[in-house]
Amino acid sequence: MKMDSKVLHRPCETNEMERSVDRWRADFPLLREMVHGKPLVYLDNAATTQKPLSVIEAEASFYLHTNANVHRGVHALSQDATDQYEAARNKVQQFINAASSDEIVFVRGTTEAINLVAQSYARPRLSEHDNIIISAMEHHSNIVPWQMVCAQTGAELRVVPVNDAGELDIEMFARLVGPNTRLVAITHLSNALGTITPVQRIVEMAHAHDVPVLLDGAQAISHLGVDVRTLNCDFYAFSGHKIFGPTGIGVLYGKATLLDAMPPYQVGGDMIRSVTFGETAYNDLPYKFEAGTPNIAGAIGLGAALDYVSAIGIPAIAAHEQELLSYATGLAANITGLKIIGTARDKASILSFTLDGVHPHDIGTILDHDGIAIRAGHHCAMPVMQRFGIAGTARASFSLYNTRAEVDALMAGLAKVQGMFQR
Amino acid sequence: MSDLRDLYQEVIFDHYKTPHNYHALPDANHVAHGHNRLCGDQLTIYVQVEDDRIKDIGFEGAGCAISTASASLMTDALKEKTLGEAEHLFEAFHHMVTDTDTDTGPVQDLGKLEVLAGVREFPARVKCATLAWHTLQAALKDRAAPVSTE
Repeated sequence: MKMDSKVLHRPCETNEMERSVDRWRADFPLLREMVHGKPLVYLDNAATTQKPLSVIEAEASFYLHTNANVHRGVHALSQDATDQYEAARNKVQQFINAASSDEIVFVRGTTEAINLVAQSYARPRLSEHDNIIISAMEHHSNIVPWQMVCAQTGAELRVVPVNDAGELDIEMFARLVGPNTRLVAITHLSNALGTITPVQRIVEMAHAHDVPVLLDGAQAISHLGVDVRTLNCDFYAFSGHKIFGPTGIGVLYGKATLLDAMPPYQVGGDMIRSVTFGETAYNDLPYKFEAGTPNIAGAIGLGAALDYVSAIGIPAIAAHEQELLSYATGLAANITGLKIIGTARDKASILSFTLDGVHPHDIGTILDHDGIAIRAGHHCAMPVMQRFGIAGTARASFSLYNTRAEVDALMAGLAKVQGMFQR
Repeated sequence: MSDLRDLYQEVIFDHYKTPHNYHALPDANHVAHGHNRLCGDQLTIYVQVEDDRIKDIGFEGAGCAISTASASLMTDALKEKTLGEAEHLFEAFHHMVTDTDTDTGPVQDLGKLEVLAGVREFPARVKCATLAWHTLQAALKDRAAPVSTE
């Protein structure tokens, strides 16, 4: 019997994907936890991701076998620790395709990376005639550092609006950017809406005015392929813990020419070449920006996390997450009274929504009771909530280890929430 | 394991859907704004005090079922109470929603406010239940800065 090849093809693909997801899930020990007596359904990946065993073991192995300070000792352990720490830097460089590992600065996370650029790059260049451009869908960590540096210098903070779908108003951006713009700082993927911003166009338009661009990649790093040389961005910031790595470690990528011209952000040990009481000579890149003993184990853990992601490949992860997001979006659209906040054409991994007559916190508590972890509230993006005239949303955010069955559990949970509130 | 029904009792839903005393008071002589930083909820408490007694009380704002019901029940409970009685109720209420040690004996008779006793099994929601009360305290003490539950 002849069968339609299209009909045959799709189920096979789905089964293959499900087998991959089962394999990936097995790599994450925490996913076997029970919460309130129910199997955990972890849909709060935009807040932080779970860690594969390889990352946990890399950190543990460092403390069990290698622990010593870096760039200091002549003894074997210190040399080994330094090698592993610098190997992690090289992994980051390769992962985001930076031109040199000198352009990879280890920081605590995205927040510290943005503060570093605000204080070290922007502040010395800003006067009251200048402006910094951000967007209306930034996380507080990409708003407040700029507010602060504008307050310190008298510069103006310009905000590119977003439309009702949560897409950036690129025409307004074109009008806001100008000869007095000193920096554009914009999210690559919105944590509250799931919008993927048109970063390459933004970079081209900003560069036409010789304005550098910082991309907040906290969300994008684990969902979109990030190639800083293709993007041609000037700074890229991300946190390790949102890409299956440890907390307390993150990365600032900066073009070497820009980083070279910047003064240190913090000063102390390891970032100097020589110190007398009369004068201090700073170390080379990237050490100039890494004062004090760094998070060595964290960097090594992040390296292991990037190895894990690279072995699977971002395209496979993105395909799975897009399929899940589209499945979840379809089911959510059928729920009466549910409104999706963030309906941009280009979206990834995030389903943010409100439910008529039910506060997001109540949704969060009731879902939690069934072991389903979502985020409820303003997602550290209060201006986004103000833009949409709401106090907050409930947000489900997906990762490579989430399944269709978990999306079904979420929808069943939402039906239960509505049942409780509609009596 | 705690039961969701202990938290979301029928009375809570009633007060959430139709909150009592949900209005500003033109003759209020004490007003304060409260803010739950965790979720962004905000509410305003209006109190009219005469001769050391709460003559009238109202509130406005948007919040979750727990914070709205708590504000509604609080305003019901406080009408015609002296300031001393209000302070006493605050302490008893706070004890009821935060003290998970049930061996300390039954909480004092809090009347209808007791429907919020289930909150103590949900530590993440205690701030929702106490927001209105902390805001009331700020109003009565005429604190100008908005209170938060932090």
